[in-house]
Amino acid sequence: MASPNKPGDDERVPFMQRLLDNPFLLLFLGVASPAVLYTIWGIMEIIQIPIAK
Amino acid sequence: MATVSEFRICPTTGLKVHSAAEKLIKANAVVAVVFLAIGGLFGLMVALTRWQAVHLLPADWFYLALTAHGFDVLLAWIIFFEIAVLYFASAILLNCRLAAPKVAWAAFWLMLIGALVANVAVLQGGSSVMFTSYVPMKAAPHFYLGLILFAVGALLGVAVFFGTLVIAKEEKTYEGSLPLVTFGAVTAAIIAVYTIASGAIILIPTFLWSIGLVSHIDTLMYKLVWWGMGHSSQQINVSAHVAVWYAIAALVLGAKPISEKVSRLAFLFYILFLQLASAHHLLAEPGLSAEWKVFNTSYAMYLAVLGSMIHGMTVPGSIEAAQRARGFNNGLFQWLRKAPWGNPAFSGMFLSLVMFGFIGGISGVVLGTEQINVMMHNTLYVPGHFHGTVVAGTTLAFMAITYLLVPLIFRREVMFPKLAKIQPYLFGLGVLGISVFMMGAGTLGVARRHWDMNFADAALTFDYPPAAFLMMALNGLSAVMAATGGLIFIVVVVGSVLFGKKVEGKIDLTGGAAVAKYGSAGTLKIPGTAVLVAVFFTCFVLYYFVNWKYLSELWPLR
Ligand code: HEM
Ligand SMILES: [Cu+2]
Repeated sequence: MASPNKPGDDERVPFMQRLLDNPFLLLFLGVASPAVLYTIWGIMEIIQIPIAK
Repeated sequence: MATVSEFRICPTTGLKVHSAAEKLIKANAVVAVVFLAIGGLFGLMVALTRWQAVHLLPADWFYLALTAHGFDVLLAWIIFFEIAVLYFASAILLNCRLAAPKVAWAAFWLMLIGALVANVAVLQGGSSVMFTSYVPMKAAPHFYLGLILFAVGALLGVAVFFGTLVIAKEEKTYEGSLPLVTFGAVTAAIIAVYTIASGAIILIPTFLWSIGLVSHIDTLMYKLVWWGMGHSSQQINVSAHVAVWYAIAALVLGAKPISEKVSRLAFLFYILFLQLASAHHLLAEPGLSAEWKVFNTSYAMYLAVLGSMIHGMTVPGSIEAAQRARGFNNGLFQWLRKAPWGNPAFSGMFLSLVMFGFIGGISGVVLGTEQINVMMHNTLYVPGHFHGTVVAGTTLAFMAITYLLVPLIFRREVMFPKLAKIQPYLFGLGVLGISVFMMGAGTLGVARRHWDMNFADAALTFDYPPAAFLMMALNGLSAVMAATGGLIFIVVVVGSVLFGKKVEGKIDLTGGAAVAKYGSAGTLKIPGTAVLVAVFFTCFVLYYFVNWKYLSELWPLR
């Protein structure tokens, strides 16, 4: 946030606010979470299904 | 660089409006509405076919119309409109120029051409695979190609949105954190990236398969990745329409969120968990483990549902706080009674909120629970549920904000105000009927995507109870009502945009600039909302447990 103070003088911005103010970090989390838990985990299970002989 | 002359100052909100952004918003919104008209017509034909006494279309046409309906409303109408919402929430609300308007136009044309190509493929008759296009059913190659072009276009649009955020930050066109409406749009855009990536991963090989370059696509793999797109795109809708609720409450009443922090946290739940619920479409697949199913649907989904419940409380809460601040302080509900029910933007938004929660939300949790899902899987209960989310929720919310976009962005007065006033009620009531009666028929076991519930020429026949036929007749009547409401919307909007009186100065809007500000209402005096939430929870819990009771009766232990 723009403030008259010198950088570093500012009160530390809380972690959650820094997270929520960073759309690209959120983008990473929002893609990684389903990619791992839904897609990759799901694919791992499907490729382990034995093939009928 | 944008020059000053490319901007105008909005006399109502004081926001700087970039003319390139404005033109793009108009183009995307107009095309969206056209696809709603086409897709809605197909929906009416489908519903009239399923009304057994009318049975409008022959079988092949039924599946064709069902495919066209799903594509035109679920993808074309909603995503074109969402692109308009993204540009609005970035360039307009942040007082900023739109990044790369040329790319945004390329996105627009790709989406439009893609949508038209897919429509042609469907209308030619060889691609009645319905919008899920499950392999090994094979559509014409240009069906998949159309979908891919559409998706690439949408991805470019999302990139323009993120680019605009970067510009706004660099040029310091806003102070502090993003306003909540923009944050909701960020959520939608993030989910869109995963959605479109999933779509590309599955549709490109499927396209190659349709032209013979790939020999085999595994059906379960297809379903898994496809639903990464199919379900997540519904979550784009949820995020976008929640952002639209906040926007309408802010514009019409000057309502500020009860707590920005809490609302942003609820959006964070969406970003992290909402997309995992894609697994609820695979609950009946034998190839996936119960761990995968239960983790993705139950544990993760409940956190996302928590996000929705937070919004479901803070949106009416913010309205209550704003109304009380205006002096409507009598009793529990004076704020609600004195709300601007004659303003279609407000009434549409509030109906969307209530129906999304009570119908779409509750039935969604029921369907998303592995054990009770088996009772309704692939019955009409499913379309009943999602007409509660994506029609009563998203479509009605988008219709509502259109009544504000017409004067603010198109700068035309809304024509036929009397018709506009009743439109949300008519459409809302019709959609309520569609949802509830399809859910009713589904509870009685009626299959979805099925042309003839009489099984007239089937090898194995089956008799549904007469109540099921009654449900489908009531569904048909509700469809006529919803279609009438939809038609009124189209007539009012197209009429206003083409022939409406030009708006010169300020328009009468209490909230105005509040929509572009970060900040909370800072009060917790919302007793009316607390009562509404309590009613909601009671319904939720009762309905949920009633379904478990039904389940226990399916396989009685004797
Ligand atoms: C006048 C308004 C509408 C009516 C009367 C209507 C009616 C119907 C009916 C009867 C079905 C078929 C159920 C079946 O046999 O499986 C259906 C399917 C569907 N509807 Fe609608 N609908 C309307 C609007 C919408 C809108 C606005 C959307 C999306 C935003 C939508 C999305 C869908 C989807 C995705 C399907 C499933 C298609 C499939 O199974 O492939 N509908 N609708
Ligand atoms: Cu879903």
